[in-house]
Amino acid sequence: MTPLLEARGLSKFFPARDGKGLVRAVNDVSLSLAEGETLGIVGESGCGKSTLARMLMRLIEPSGGKVLFQGEDLLSLSRAAMRQKRRDIQIVFQDPYASLDPRMNIAQIIAEPLDIHGIGSTAERAAKVKDLIALVGLDPASATRYPHEFSGGQRQRIGIARAIALEPRLVVLDEPVSALDVSIQSQILNLLDDLKLRLRLSYVFISHDLSVVQHVSDRVAVMYLGRIVEEGPADAVLGAPKHPYTQALISAIPEIDPTRRKTHVLLPGDPPNPEDVPPGCAFNPRCLIAQDICRRDEPPLRSSGASRARCHFVDEA
Amino acid sequence: MSEHALLRVDGLTVGFSTEQGPVRVVEDVSFELKAGHTLGLVGESGCGKSVTAQTIMRLLPSPPSRIDAGRILFDGKDLAAATQREMQKIRGDRIGMVFQEPMTSLNPTLRIGEQIAEPLMLHRGLRRAEADEQVIGVLKQVGIGNAERRLLQYPHELSGGLRQRVMIAMAIICKPKLLIADEPTTALDVTIQAQIMELLKALQKELGLAVLLITHDLGMVAEMCETIAVMYAGRIVETGRTVDVFANPHHPYTYGLLTSSPRRARKGERLPSIPGLVPPPGARGQGCSFAARCPNVLERCRVDAPPLIALGKDAAACWNPVP
Ligand SMILES: Nc1ncnc2c1ncn2[C@@H]1O[C@H](COP(=O)(O)OP(=O)(O)OP(=O)(O)O)[C@@H](O)[C@H]1O
Ligand SMILES: Nc1ncnc2c1ncn2[C@@H]1O[C@H](COP(=O)(O)OP(=O)(O)O)[C@@H](O)[C@H]1O
Ligand code: SF4
Ligand code: SF4
Ligand SMILES: [Mg+2]
Ligand SMILES: [Mg+2]
Repeated sequence: MTPLLEARGLSKFFPARDGKGLVRAVNDVSLSLAEGETLGIVGESGCGKSTLARMLMRLIEPSGGKVLFQGEDLLSLSRAAMRQKRRDIQIVFQDPYASLDPRMNIAQIIAEPLDIHGIGSTAERAAKVKDLIALVGLDPASATRYPHEFSGGQRQRIGIARAIALEPRLVVLDEPVSALDVSIQSQILNLLDDLKLRLRLSYVFISHDLSVVQHVSDRVAVMYLGRIVEEGPADAVLGAPKHPYTQALISAIPEIDPTRRKTHVLLPGDPPNPEDVPPGCAFNPRCLIAQDICRRDEPPLRSSGASRARCHFVDEA
Repeated sequence: MSEHALLRVDGLTVGFSTEQGPVRVVEDVSFELKAGHTLGLVGESGCGKSVTAQTIMRLLPSPPSRIDAGRILFDGKDLAAATQREMQKIRGDRIGMVFQEPMTSLNPTLRIGEQIAEPLMLHRGLRRAEADEQVIGVLKQVGIGNAERRLLQYPHELSGGLRQRVMIAMAIICKPKLLIADEPTTALDVTIQAQIMELLKALQKELGLAVLLITHDLGMVAEMCETIAVMYAGRIVETGRTVDVFANPHHPYTYGLLTSSPRRARKGERLPSIPGLVPPPGARGQGCSFAARCPNVLERCRVDAPPLIALGKDAAACWNPVP
């Protein structure tokens, strides 16, 4: 079956701040998402998650590679054709405070995509907005209020209502719960789960929180310095991680049971800078098992069990 | 109440004057922290954790803030009644502080070495040159390699994790008895969070520090804190030994926080969740502030605010607790 979404060798290089050299924000990423699935993307800040998300929707143009949606190459579409395609692919942004226009009321914000695409009569649109407000669990009286009157969790509901207004097939969620409190996080995660079933959606779910990703994802891709370093079924990647970086990420999560003592594998150093990617395996300066070959040759993504991992020392299946 | 408490906060009530009139943001908060121990103060944003911490340090300008009631006994002295001069002597010397966003608490125009030396110059009367040896020592202690070179750098030249280490170095250089850490890892990446958490644990052992750790991460509390105090809408709603509270939370809010974490939930299952929102100060009602969200709510809850009373092995403020 054709995957719903496929990225092939996708890259985005920005000019570096000093004018010389390149920021390899996303480097040769290949991914695939089947209809009805959730693909989780995890990694530390600056590893390229948001840049990848924007390329998947063609909000920014890749430096190289392809994005296929239902088998069709999005990058070959004309502007007008791409605008039509956007009905099927929507995004919810990381920051619920910055992503809503403060001058529009909630009904206008949610109606905007319907207006742009000229869907239905004025009355039909108004009815649709009302349904959407109820569907995402907002108070019907919210319609005439403005974003600043809402909490972070409510704003995220507004962003979600807007994203699903056009009945898309795919929603890219860029850190949809990272800015929210724990009790609100679970409300939004449940809402996303309900909507997925009801509207037969597929998700790309970006987060730096492994426990959230583990909860929602069918497949998981781990990014480091613009590259995918491990990818596979969520249970395999998070239950039996192959790559030393994935192992360290999992080990870094505090143990929520105070009767158990966890020893963390501590990675030395800081998350690296994509302006200055080390030669060989990009992870080698922080890797606890790096060998000479790691400083020299970049490892390919190889299959190991049900996953793929980018490490010289992963046993091949 | 124990005689050996290093810090005892007793009935602390803090308000702000705002354009809409006075609001109470911290209400009758009491807890104690023994020397060398760690207390985790947890709660969602806006519940009053930072106001509590900053009031203990007397960092909030007055007006608009005001201590309406309560005492803050530190080593026997009531900080709530201390003058700013007295507080200046205590802050950075006997009490160290670390905040969430190291960039906003460091001076961008001063080299790292000078900032870390400052408490020594202020409290120990050292001259800048005399401080260097100790500054290099403390940088090593907080795991900053290449200390001699780092001394000369400015905050913006450092990563978030290194800046937080610098903040910790400043906080401990005078060997305080108490460290107040307000969300010290929240702004950091996961792998750096783990580094900072391990560093705090190690320093605590090494220096016998008492730590007041403010966080919304229950995992950090589970790993670092012997005792926990859960705050909701300005009040402590549950407190006790961490193992007891985690094993058997009595307050429905604590119960909700613990069970709604995806870390505990089974994959694919619906997450137990707490409906609704935290009420803002001024809209907290006269009864229990959790009533509008509580699955256990009784008639009485809407009119009477429950007091914090002993329940099982800990203490909770609830008329109809989780058994
Ligand atoms: N327009 C741009 N010009 C130059 N560099 C950019 C641009 N956009 C992103 N970058 C750089 O690309 C890298 C990846 O950024 P991106 O926002 O995709 O990271 P992220 O994984 O989403 O991080 P976060 O977790 O902080 O959201 C970063 O180093 C960033 O500074
Ligand atoms: N200067 C101020 N004036 C009025 N209200 C304030 C002020 N500072 C904080 N508050 C209010 O006090 C409450 C508690 O804030 P804070 O202690 O920062 O919460 P937390 O640290 O738990 O997230 C919040 O509702 C906040 O809006
Ligand atoms: S290739 Fe080498 S440096 Fe990279 S993750 Fe594997 S062992 Fe570590
Ligand atoms: S006092 Fe009542 S409303 Fe408040 S937490 Fe207890 S049961 Fe719930
Ligand atoms: Mg991002
Ligand atoms: Mg705070």
